[in-house]
Amino acid sequence: MTDRTARSPALRAFASHRLGLAGLALIVILAAFCFLGPLVYHTDQIHTHIRLTNLPPGKGRPLGTDNNGYDILGRLMVGGRSSLEIGLAVAVLATAIGVAWGAVAGFTGGLADAVMMRVVDIILAIPAIFLLIYLSTVLRPTVLLLIVVISLLSWLGPARLVRGETLSLRTREFIDASRVMGSRSPRIIARHLVPNVLGTIVVSGTFQVADSIILLATLSFLGFGLPPPAATWGGMLSQGTTYLLDGYWWEVYPAGLIIMLTVIAFNFVGDALRDTLDTRLRQR
Amino acid sequence: MIGYIIRRIAQAVLVVLGVTAVTFGLEHLIPGNLAKAILGPRASPAAIAVFDRANGLNRPVIEQYLAFLGRLARGNLGFSYRLNQSVDSLVLHQLPNDIVLVGSALVLALAIAVPVGIAQAVRRNQATDHIATAAAFTLYSMPSYWLAILLIAGLSTGLHALPPEAPQASTVAGLLADPRALVLPVLTLTLINVALFSRYMRSAAITTLAEDYIRAARAKGLPGRLVLSRHVLRNSLASVTTLVGLSIPAVLTAGLIVEYVFNVPGVGLTYYTAAVNADYPVELGITVLIGIVTVLGNLASDIAYAVLDPRVRYD
Repeated sequence: MTDRTARSPALRAFASHRLGLAGLALIVILAAFCFLGPLVYHTDQIHTHIRLTNLPPGKGRPLGTDNNGYDILGRLMVGGRSSLEIGLAVAVLATAIGVAWGAVAGFTGGLADAVMMRVVDIILAIPAIFLLIYLSTVLRPTVLLLIVVISLLSWLGPARLVRGETLSLRTREFIDASRVMGSRSPRIIARHLVPNVLGTIVVSGTFQVADSIILLATLSFLGFGLPPPAATWGGMLSQGTTYLLDGYWWEVYPAGLIIMLTVIAFNFVGDALRDTLDTRLRQR
Repeated sequence: MIGYIIRRIAQAVLVVLGVTAVTFGLEHLIPGNLAKAILGPRASPAAIAVFDRANGLNRPVIEQYLAFLGRLARGNLGFSYRLNQSVDSLVLHQLPNDIVLVGSALVLALAIAVPVGIAQAVRRNQATDHIATAAAFTLYSMPSYWLAILLIAGLSTGLHALPPEAPQASTVAGLLADPRALVLPVLTLTLINVALFSRYMRSAAITTLAEDYIRAARAKGLPGRLVLSRHVLRNSLASVTTLVGLSIPAVLTAGLIVEYVFNVPGVGLTYYTAAVNADYPVELGITVLIGIVTVLGNLASDIAYAVLDPRVRYD
């Protein structure tokens, strides 16, 4: 009961955040489009149709076809699945790793903290896209591999955030009290520290979805994403760009717009969550 | 402060060593092994043995790593067997182009983002602020290549005002000889950086405006314009050093994409080409170089901040 009363002001604040709600609605629509859309709108996204290539929008193909004869509307749906799946999975996995790493480093302190944070510095020093490109030339990308690899490069931000919060939390009385009552460190971290940084975690996780979707689309755009016949938004945009001079606008703009809309939607929700959950910001 | 700087340098040395260790580890992920990657999948065992011995690959891993460090210390970034050229000479040849592209975009972006951030902070929650925030938010949510494509579609294939490709010259003089072709890549990179910087500059200026010394300056009757130029601007510039230091990876990522889209002959495009051709030594050489540049950039910005803002106490 106490839990609900504590949370409801945040819920109400989120409900009054118009952009946040718009973002949430957009995410629901995009998810329905990608996951339910193909059930209603059947298209063949595996076999190429050389007689149907580069057709402008018309009857039976609302967004035209691409240079392989794939229906673009159908391909946007299928391509979005991998984007959303990978984006969400990375957000969950990277945040989990980051929270564990940051909480342990901040709570333990001393040499362990110094060593753990230097590891974060080392991985942060090499821009993720360079490492991702290298890894996808060495290994063959699959959805699972991309989730693991992008997560392993994305937990650094959350780790730093959580460590920072832990540093200030660990000196508080309720932590001392818990220790006096005989709790061991793992229990204190799991039961007392992590619940107190939940707001930070949720906010950073939401932004993480947007960031991973951009990273993934960038990788596909450069040609190092999921190999064909897998459909990806970044890959569609990259292929469509080849025909920019031919005026095949339907091969360029829908893919670019949907990437941007998805990213904006998650950023809106992230901003709204930060305004409602981050107490320090609420005071301003 | 001297103690802080020394500690910070020691930290940077550790991180650089870590970056070299990661790069060294990455080399061992190459499918099969380096010898097969370079000599071809049908290389005879004898040829592989000769290659391994010549490159010290038959020695213990620790010795190989130390040899790798030794080569790096001498400025040797590896050898591209595909281009038959050393990676350092390749990079050295193209680095000036990157400095022109990334450097000019960085300077332009700061020249836009700093005043805009201050203007937003002064007119907080007014129309100017909202418009600037919306613009930055849109730019920030745009993948950089999408922005590049829109600019090409609008200004190049649409209005025919500018060429869609960067100057195809291999030297800085050649790049600068065709300034019209340089506009779109520099513009794209500038806009990406503005999106990256402006939110930060706005909140930095808001924090500065709430400081006591601003109130003191106002109280003693200093005109608003002078408060902004003498106190707010100068203090915002101190946080620019941190911002630039922290943004190095993002700026380099944007650089790679802009070089790819506009075909700019720079290190980023070389990295891309190397990846397409599975030219692992080039990829790894550039990776380690970028890692070191990032660490040194962070170090420089931290030291600059400590010098610029003597209030900060480090213990």
